[in-house]
Amino acid sequence: MAQDDHSGTEIAAADSSHAAPAASPGTALIAQDAFENPGFPPHRPRVTDEDPKREKRAQRTVYTLFYLSIVGSVWAIAAYMLFPMESNNVGDVRLNNLFIGLGATLALLGIGFGAVHWAKSLMYDVELVDERHPIGGSPETQAAAVKVFQDADRESGFSRRAVIRNSLIGALLVFPLPAVVLFRGLAPQDQNPIELLSHTMWKKGTRLALDPSGAPIKASDVTMGSAFHVIPEGLQDLEHGKLDEKAKAAVLLMRLDPKDLNELPERKDWSYDGIVAYSKICTHVGCPVALYEQHTHHLLCPCHQSQFDVSNHCEVIFGPAKRPLPQLPIAVDDEGYLIAQSDFTEPVGPSFWERH
Amino acid sequence: MSTATTNAPQKRSFTAAASVYVNERTSIAGFVKELGRKAFPDHWSFLLGEVALFAFVVVLISGTFLTFFFQASMAEVHYNGSYVPLKGVEMSVAMASTLDISFDIRGGLFVRQMHHWAALLFVAAIGLHMLRIFFTGAFRKPRELNWVIGFVLFILAMAEGFTGYSLPDDLLSGNGLAIINGMIKGFPLVGTWMSFLLFGGEFPGTDIVGRLYTLHILLLPALVVAFVALHLVFVVVHKHTQYAGPGKTPGNAVGPPILPVYAAKAGGFFFIVFGVLALIASLFTINPIWNYGPYDPSPVSAGTQPDWYIGFADGALRLIPPGWEFVWLDRTWSFNILVPIIAIGVFIVLALMYPFIEAWVKGDKREHHIADRPRNAPTRTAIGAAGVTFYAGLWAAASSDLLATHFSLTMEGVIHALQAVVILGPFVAYFITKRVCIALQKKDREIVLHGFESGRIVKLPGGEFIEVHEPLDEYERWRLVSFETYEPLMLRPNSRGKITFGQRLRAGMSRWFFEDRIAPVTKGELEAGHGEHH
Repeated sequence: MAQDDHSGTEIAAADSSHAAPAASPGTALIAQDAFENPGFPPHRPRVTDEDPKREKRAQRTVYTLFYLSIVGSVWAIAAYMLFPMESNNVGDVRLNNLFIGLGATLALLGIGFGAVHWAKSLMYDVELVDERHPIGGSPETQAAAVKVFQDADRESGFSRRAVIRNSLIGALLVFPLPAVVLFRGLAPQDQNPIELLSHTMWKKGTRLALDPSGAPIKASDVTMGSAFHVIPEGLQDLEHGKLDEKAKAAVLLMRLDPKDLNELPERKDWSYDGIVAYSKICTHVGCPVALYEQHTHHLLCPCHQSQFDVSNHCEVIFGPAKRPLPQLPIAVDDEGYLIAQSDFTEPVGPSFWERH
Repeated sequence: MSTATTNAPQKRSFTAAASVYVNERTSIAGFVKELGRKAFPDHWSFLLGEVALFAFVVVLISGTFLTFFFQASMAEVHYNGSYVPLKGVEMSVAMASTLDISFDIRGGLFVRQMHHWAALLFVAAIGLHMLRIFFTGAFRKPRELNWVIGFVLFILAMAEGFTGYSLPDDLLSGNGLAIINGMIKGFPLVGTWMSFLLFGGEFPGTDIVGRLYTLHILLLPALVVAFVALHLVFVVVHKHTQYAGPGKTPGNAVGPPILPVYAAKAGGFFFIVFGVLALIASLFTINPIWNYGPYDPSPVSAGTQPDWYIGFADGALRLIPPGWEFVWLDRTWSFNILVPIIAIGVFIVLALMYPFIEAWVKGDKREHHIADRPRNAPTRTAIGAAGVTFYAGLWAAASSDLLATHFSLTMEGVIHALQAVVILGPFVAYFITKRVCIALQKKDREIVLHGFESGRIVKLPGGEFIEVHEPLDEYERWRLVSFETYEPLMLRPNSRGKITFGQRLRAGMSRWFFEDRIAPVTKGELEAGHGEHH
């Protein structure tokens, strides 16, 4: 059959003769006795090819779909005007979204289904055959391309003048480095992240305050079994970096029966009458450990399910975290408010390379 | 001189005149002649890549609209828009402008939701498209590089998704960034400084949204568009693969012409994808940031989930057992973060390199344009099933807490079960898939040799009932016999009389791939079979 790569011809006859490929078949088994390609099966006309009534109907369907699309577009524009949402009412937003959306949907699906139906039922149902050629092109073309490079090499002396070539390669490798260095400016020059990560806003005497109101907490307000989300007093009044400080200083305050507390000997005076304060920032990757199970005294990080045992100085009992949550040493001031004895004694939050 | 060639002005249609005008200034006729009537093979599974492409176009269109309203600033403001429950709440300008898009700009919520849904579909369609390519062997020569380009697109699409997800600066996306911050800090040597540079100081800082915005609307889309263009150029250069069928040979491409049928179908399909996304966006809420509130490092709600395509990475973090972190040489080694990253990295590199590995094992240097039926490449299909199982296990782990609460299981039990799925599951999936493929191949042989069950029961004179088997016609038969098998590589010494390690490895891999194999029925076998009475 006549075949033209650029404009396929209609399938007329079988083509089972394909030139054997020159490339190595590797370990492929080439069967000697394989079946031959039977060639194209006879063309089967569609109902729309044979029945003029069906053809008419298909035509009607297609233009109806296109007209419906216009209706959809007009509907969407009308919905934009007919469904305002300036009333501070969420229900109106929903209606606006729904009706603009449905109009747009009809506009788009009308065109889509119309075009596909047109193609499938009315356009000529022909399959063309393109011949494939080796992707690498003809040997002549390949040879010509090789020659281009050889000529270029010879004329420029790229291989011959090795000193020039190597110095150029060196220059090309080095020239982007200043651009890389410029990106140091992404972070402030005068700060050291290790220093920053090692300290929080807590210091000796800082009152423990409620998150988010900032009201200081009296020890007497912390009833047995309760848990409080805590920030340092004064955090809410910060002009800058409020979230940065909160991301390190967030604390969970819990009161357990002192009998249930298994305190480390060196931390005996870090709690007050069963009240303990721990960093809320997970030692895994830094999510807030926000879920407290009162009867087991377990803390759960909702991100990756690390569990910490509050009665056992917040050691890890399950999940990917390794280190216990850092404990904030607390005491009570003269007015009965809970205060920090100092900053955390170790960096809070996720591990980092320089931490030790 | 009087010559007859005076070219009397003919009446030309407007289209013809316009075409001539354009062509004489652009030389486009050659391009049209080259491409206009190319045959484009047709199959439903070829649409998956189109869905990805069209979803990306919808992402571009809807995203461009959103850029006119979104403000990528982390300056603090008190919200004063239409959504009453958040009135007066302190939040970033980014969050406030996203709320304005949702509640104060008519149709804004519609476009925002369409953008998000289209992004989810974009990544999903790429994933399915890649599975189609993998399981049909459409990555074989000459398409290996296009597989790599597609893989890069998959990763870029996930990066686009994550950067976009983080822009509204709501509670969920902020927590996602907190996790990224924690993961980056876990990197040896550079982690602390990378986090410091990325966030412009301490986490969360006031820079990250603006920086992600530049990535999200400038750098990443430029890369995606460039790689998509390259990907499509290669599709044209290689011509599309086709499934085996009568008349279809490795040397031809059979299908409707690009103009008009393929163009009409694909163009129509674009509008269908667009329309379906519009329908979903008008009916189903996605990412209701007004329920989450602005980012605050302290609160978080239980059962939070990332967008689906990040799930596998989040799940990998969850599956690490306690205690995988050490202090050594006075430095912290966070293997609870490094192991998931390395495992995912190895998985990605293996998948990326698979076409080259398979080609090396086979030693086959020919071009392949006929897509395999998955059953006819049992080992490859089984490897793919193992990979899918590994990914699915990680992905399910991202919902471990929801699985536990929905099915009333213990959190620990779910994690341990999923650890087993991720480590043992791939082996089980591999074994089962390979056996199923071989069984299906045997069934194909059976049908070719003995015909298919016709449903006609005949009583023989002796009283015996048999079901008549009808032989296949030659076209049906061709679909079942036109595939190739490979045999294990025979180890032979090279010219220096040595068997190299590389050859041993290749022979071992080849044995693993092709030791169990079912060859297609040959003419001789069928003729021999006809002699039998049945």
